[in-house]
Amino acid sequence: MSTFIAIILAAVLTNNFITVKTYGICPFLGVSKKTSSALGMGVAVTLVMVIATAVTYPLYNYVMKTAWWDFQFLEIILFIFIIASLVQMLEKIIQKVSPSLYKAMGIYLPLITTNCAVLGVCELVIGDMSTILKGAAMNTGWAILYALFAGIGFTLVMVIMSGLREKLQCVKVSKSLAGFPISMITAAFICMAFTVFTYIV
Amino acid sequence: MKNKYGKITLDGLIFSNPTFMLVLGTCPTLGLISSATSAAGMGLTVVVILTLSNMLISLLRKIVPNEVRIPCYIVIIATLVTLARMILEKFVPDLYDSLGGFLALIVVNCIILGRAEAFANKHTVLESAVDGLANGFGFTLALTVMGIICEFLGSGSIFGLKIMSFTIGMFATPAGSFIVYGLSIAVFTYIIDTFQRARRVKANVLTRESLANNAPETKADVQDGAKEANV
Repeated sequence: MSTFIAIILAAVLTNNFITVKTYGICPFLGVSKKTSSALGMGVAVTLVMVIATAVTYPLYNYVMKTAWWDFQFLEIILFIFIIASLVQMLEKIIQKVSPSLYKAMGIYLPLITTNCAVLGVCELVIGDMSTILKGAAMNTGWAILYALFAGIGFTLVMVIMSGLREKLQCVKVSKSLAGFPISMITAAFICMAFTVFTYIV
Repeated sequence: MKNKYGKITLDGLIFSNPTFMLVLGTCPTLGLISSATSAAGMGLTVVVILTLSNMLISLLRKIVPNEVRIPCYIVIIATLVTLARMILEKFVPDLYDSLGGFLALIVVNCIILGRAEAFANKHTVLESAVDGLANGFGFTLALTVMGIICEFLGSGSIFGLKIMSFTIGMFATPAGSFIVYGLSIAVFTYIIDTFQRARRVKANVLTRESLANNAPETKADVQDGAKEANV
């Protein structure tokens, strides 16, 4: 139970993907102009992160590590291929099963293949996680839980940012600061606010 | 001929600088500029990978079918990144440790796939190599400058050399990186805008002067043209 809570706190607050690790900044700055699109992108990223981790972690631990021929060095190529094909598959499945969901989420799916957050979580869970797990052994369940809550943390920051940017549209900003610079300075304040959470663990 | 390469170089370094003008590859930028050494190391790794991937993609541009080009590019880039990771782990373990997870994430760096898609699959090998070098060094310069600012304010040192005991802790965290990156973009675009406006004003003055000088001539030309048309 303590591992469960530790993973959730670490993934959502203390090791948040955007504010602490700075993974997945492209969608964070690019798709955060409206709250609805930020939420759609966040949910799509979370879904792909969970499915990608559920496939790559067992593959790495139970196949690549134990195979007679050591091919761990192929992890980057294999992972990026698995993510790309998963995203394609997911797009087709959603299009077939629920056209309304596809309308809301479909445009974000192709963008996710080249998102640092997805490859980042796959690389993180196969690496050293001892500071987060506090002694417990890593397994597929914890890996998927970490991916799920990392995605939720990502969505949380996306939604906060989109709310702030909707407010920013009513403010007059000088010409050279408008656009990316002012969004980055806004993001800096979100990062500072999230620093507070490092004291709770 | 020389002018073409000059234009590619200037575009990559300044006028379409991937970090400041296009805002691509933001994740490694924000993650690594708290230390100038790791920022410069990241930049140089990207220079090598970008130049090689641009050359390979340009070499294969007539062989690779158009429908499956993106997966092919990703395989080429992922192979180069795997090689770079092995080489760095063996020969520069300090840099390998400081880059951490961002080394593997070069695969999904938008700059590399962006240059492959926008430039390398339409141009010759030499042009693609120049473009890769220019964009890579544009990225490296931007990262190093921001790295020096962040490290100076955040830990009072430059490239690990301690020069000041006063530090502002915020600049060693992502919050400081966001502020430095945002303000750098603002300053850079302001300078480029001012420069281009000055150049445009100069060009305007020239055209007005030339118009004033050539006005009678042009009138005569027009009349000549009209006569010819009438005939």
